Amino acid sequence: MTAGIDLGHPQAQAIRSDEDVVRVRQLVRAVAVAVKLSLVDQTKVVTAASELARNTLVYGGGGTVEVTTVDNGRRRGVQIVFVDSGPGIADLDLAFTDGYTTGGGLGLGLSGARRLVDEFQIETSAETGTRITVTKWSR
Amino acid sequence: MERVPILKIGDILLVSIQLDMSDQTAVALQEDLAERIVATGCHGVIIDITALDIVDSFVGRMLSTIASISKVLDAETVVVGMRPAVAITLVELGLSLNGIRTALNVERGMELIAAARADELDYQLDDDPDAETATP
Repeated sequence: MTAGIDLGHPQAQAIRSDEDVVRVRQLVRAVAVAVKLSLVDQTKVVTAASELARNTLVYGGGGTVEVTTVDNGRRRGVQIVFVDSGPGIADLDLAFTDGYTTGGGLGLGLSGARRLVDEFQIETSAETGTRITVTKWSR
Repeated sequence: MERVPILKIGDILLVSIQLDMSDQTAVALQEDLAERIVATGCHGVIIDITALDIVDSFVGRMLSTIASISKVLDAETVVVGMRPAVAITLVELGLSLNGIRTALNVERGMELIAAARADELDYQLDDDPDAETATP
């Protein structure tokens, strides 16, 4: 399954449909396996990616994802960047509140995804859309 | 779009999810199951998620919704085969799977449904005034 993954380069995937969300999960899984994340950590990062990819599709109107391996000298990890040019998130504090949703979901996507990864950065504005970067390190 | 097959075994509908479901496939499963419960009159639904390597909030919500729908249609739902890593992740994600019964495997799921059904039948008998007078 990891045979086709070139770890030297970022892997990009468009997010325009339901099926693309499935592809994002598979891509993140392959990279997480390649950098030797534990099974639990693989599961966490794939779940976080699934939530964020769905957000990109539903709230951002679609976008792209880029999956890269990272290395800080001691540990390897997987870094995932989600980019959309949607309307941005007006109130970040509110968006990170468990149970808050504007889309009819459970309101766990953003807050839950943040709990499942080691690093989480978000830049959002009404002009440029939303860019979320998450990293999960091997232990 | 792919569809998840639903098998009927006696009084139970068995769904074994073997593919990485798109959100549309998950919603279709919800609707297909509701129709099959009514069409077959089955009183139990077992959803086997052994093959699922993640359960995110969308699939979690689908499982809760299926449990609620089948309850309204007089059927008990049991989710079986959750992987340990999936359980750990679900809890951290903040998903509580309210109202969902779980069992470790299909066999125990069937026992759970049989027991729940027996309890319910007992309860209905207790409610029956004729049954009441029959006991000394």
